[in-house]
Amino acid sequence: MKTYICIVCGFVYDETAGRPEEGIAAGTLWSAVPENWACPDCGVAKADFEIVEI
Amino acid sequence: MTATSHPLVIVGAGLAGWTVAREFRKLDATRSIVMVTSDSGDFYAKPTLSNAYAQKRTPEQLVTTPAQKMAETLQVELHAHTQVLRIDTQAQKLITQKGTQEQTLAYSQLVLASGAHPIRVPIEGDAADQVCSVNHLADFAKFHAALGPAPKTVLVLGAGLIGCEFANDLVQGGYTVHVVDPATTALAAMLPSQASAQLRDALQGLGVVWHFGTTLQSLTLREGRKQAHLASGELLMADLVLSAIGLRADTALAQHAGLVCERGIVVSNSLQTSAKNVYALGDCAQYASAQSRTLPYVMPIMNAARALAATLHGTDTPVVFPVMPVSVKTPALPIVLVSPPPNAVGQWTPEPDLDGALGGAWRFVDDQGHARGFVLTGKQTSRRMELSKEVVL
Repeated sequence: MKTYICIVCGFVYDETAGRPEEGIAAGTLWSAVPENWACPDCGVAKADFEIVEI
Repeated sequence: MTATSHPLVIVGAGLAGWTVAREFRKLDATRSIVMVTSDSGDFYAKPTLSNAYAQKRTPEQLVTTPAQKMAETLQVELHAHTQVLRIDTQAQKLITQKGTQEQTLAYSQLVLASGAHPIRVPIEGDAADQVCSVNHLADFAKFHAALGPAPKTVLVLGAGLIGCEFANDLVQGGYTVHVVDPATTALAAMLPSQASAQLRDALQGLGVVWHFGTTLQSLTLREGRKQAHLASGELLMADLVLSAIGLRADTALAQHAGLVCERGIVVSNSLQTSAKNVYALGDCAQYASAQSRTLPYVMPIMNAARALAATLHGTDTPVVFPVMPVSVKTPALPIVLVSPPPNAVGQWTPEPDLDGALGGAWRFVDDQGHARGFVLTGKQTSRRMELSKEVVL
């Protein structure tokens, strides 16, 4: 499971947690998140996220 | 019509400046864009400054796209580490300075995205000048270097949004954190009292030590550390002091150029300042579209930049701000809120959750019975979309 960060606001999408409140179940891989999904904090598109490297 | 032979000039390379450039490029691939910034121009997500410790990211790792790459991708002529000395709105020129070299730049349209600076309060003592504040990446790099690895003790001034986020982040990073604020509780200006109490308790549970109802009077050096004297008479020892008591729009350049400024640079619905062909957005702007408020958050910048790009491209486009929830990045107690407009008369009303329980959701209901804002804490933050839909702006 990986995490992805919004390059604009820093919102983190965690595949393990998903976004159940938006209908994206826990464990949903980034590739399976709908293309029209937008950052809940700033509204940017899915394309403006990048993988978190820690 | 504007003289389009001269470039579009953007002052400031924060989120507002870069987003205007990006949105404008979607509409116009060829017109020249010049960007002037006093910093490096590196692109980073500013909200990550207050959760870098928990994510174990260094200041260098916060840069998502280096300035050079941004400039190439968006075909922007970047003047980094360059100050704007003055603007001549009659001649449509600005004078810049890099090192000792001055340059005159003509513009067809000018965008001011110069941001804000931290408010500082006067403090006495021989260490008063060593108080840090963090409003951009370079500030954070300085803070990060001065603090060094945990364990250390940080005294945070201000229990507002940024103060609480930093307190949470630093305590999670292994530091001892004290917070001083004249208010009686955490994030008091933005939350109903019960929600404030929840945040206070959640951060206290992680180890944050609160000092409410008082202020820092003086800061003196003692054996390489700082001794803080609070107005309450309390004495504290800290390695570093971080001031997070709020932001003030950066209007100095605009004022000097004769633009109308109040709490920020005053802009119309179309983001135009009082001068022809001069626009402003971001933390420096006071928006007519937002009941003359400043909106120092990410989402308003994204909305304003999109509208402004269209206006700059020739289609006058007033910015219409939707309901824009603000996330308070305090993992101890996540909060999502929409503040009611300053002129709204009403009160915070607890909203039961789906099981009928109270304590995680509040609506600000005005005297007409309309919801004008809301606050969600903890698990209830998942209801942000449901409550956003009901807010009357």
